[in-house]
Amino acid sequence: MNLNRRQMLILLPAAAIAWKAVLAGTPEEASNYTMSDHWWGMLIDIPKCIGCGNCVRACQTENDVPDGYFRTWVERYHVSDWKMENPQNIHDIMTNPLTDPEVISPDGGKEGFPVATDTSGKYFFVPKMCNHCADSPCTQVCPVGATFIAPDGVVLVDQKYCLGCAYCVQACPYGCRYVHPEKRVADKCTLCYHRITKGLTTACCEACPTGARQLFDLKNPKDPIHEFLKTHSVQVLKPQMATGAKLFYNDLDGSVR
Amino acid sequence: MSVFKDAGHLFRFAGLFVLAFLIFLVVRHYVVPRSFGQYGHYRGAAMGEIAAHPAKFAGHETCEACHSDVADKKSKGKHAHVNCEACHGAQFQRLPAPAAKPNLYERFVALIVPPAPPDPPLLLHAEDPTSVKPVLPDTSVLCVRCHTASAAKPKGFPQVVPADHSNGMPCDTCHQPHNPGMDAPPAETAAKAPGGAK
Repeated sequence: MNLNRRQMLILLPAAAIAWKAVLAGTPEEASNYTMSDHWWGMLIDIPKCIGCGNCVRACQTENDVPDGYFRTWVERYHVSDWKMENPQNIHDIMTNPLTDPEVISPDGGKEGFPVATDTSGKYFFVPKMCNHCADSPCTQVCPVGATFIAPDGVVLVDQKYCLGCAYCVQACPYGCRYVHPEKRVADKCTLCYHRITKGLTTACCEACPTGARQLFDLKNPKDPIHEFLKTHSVQVLKPQMATGAKLFYNDLDGSVR
Repeated sequence: MSVFKDAGHLFRFAGLFVLAFLIFLVVRHYVVPRSFGQYGHYRGAAMGEIAAHPAKFAGHETCEACHSDVADKKSKGKHAHVNCEACHGAQFQRLPAPAAKPNLYERFVALIVPPAPPDPPLLLHAEDPTSVKPVLPDTSVLCVRCHTASAAKPKGFPQVVPADHSNGMPCDTCHQPHNPGMDAPPAETAAKAPGGAK
């Protein structure tokens, strides 16, 4: 076979493109889920939470979370009257440990909370989980690219690629990650990625008896979250860290950290 | 060609560099997973693997496909927004999908980290209703989880002190869990339920 220079110049790039296609392998089987059509987050309606722990148990069941580790947990805050009414100075409010609220979370709130007998002050429950930040500190520190923000806004861990160095566990300002005791890799809330990609809601939302948790998709114009955001002022945790958190809290108390 | 007269050692050295670079390219080809960089600095195939995790909660739509009578009853009461599996527990576990043929990278990983044994096949109530009969929840445990009176709960939420409220009788003696309101509640019970009879 005789090839002149012109044919060679055409054949070489064509061969390169063909080889690239071979390397890429077969495309994934078509599913009706398009990642770029979604931008997931979750709304937590504090006044609706009764601290029953259904979400914590459901998450453990759904995602095989080991005992003593939590992808979601519930905290109970108690801000006492005296501390609210008698701050002596700005330091009492800002730094004195007496002014800090009492926070409990026995076993992550999995089996509920002890009955509160002290009726003074203000009580409320704060369910916590991964904030699925749009600018997440945890994905930025991963040295190997094992954790990432998926194109639909969910922060995920590639457990086959993770080394278990736990940099991300330190980097998360919300304490939402842990190293799995058996797999020895980072583990965290996946926002029930296996469910939301199939049109189901998350396990915690499914199990919540009062609707205190609501999965939302900001790219879906029909999602009720848009109406909710117009009529309520929601907050995120640690806004000063500019993480772009997508875990929105309705009626969040200022003492929550 | 006098420029290259005594440059043979430089060409040999350059050849070494080229060879090392080629070896690097070959090694890199086998070590870096195919889908790495597809969407960003991570393995694109990881999302499919995470999405393949079997679901355990069937979702209330699945339950209502068969139990439409209960759904009707529930929709009229105060538990209308409580999903089935919030009380009855997860009713669903798919059969694990057949494992895909491992690629070279996965076989390489399997040499270092032995793969976990495959999950035992489970087929629960939502997949095959006749296979498993779900355990009926014990109302004396279930109801108090949410409805035990506590100063920490939202004021509008129906709460009772279980010992005072029912004298140890199970809740479903008086209340139907799917529609807990009592059309003609005994005066005694209603009086002892702070916020309970709304």
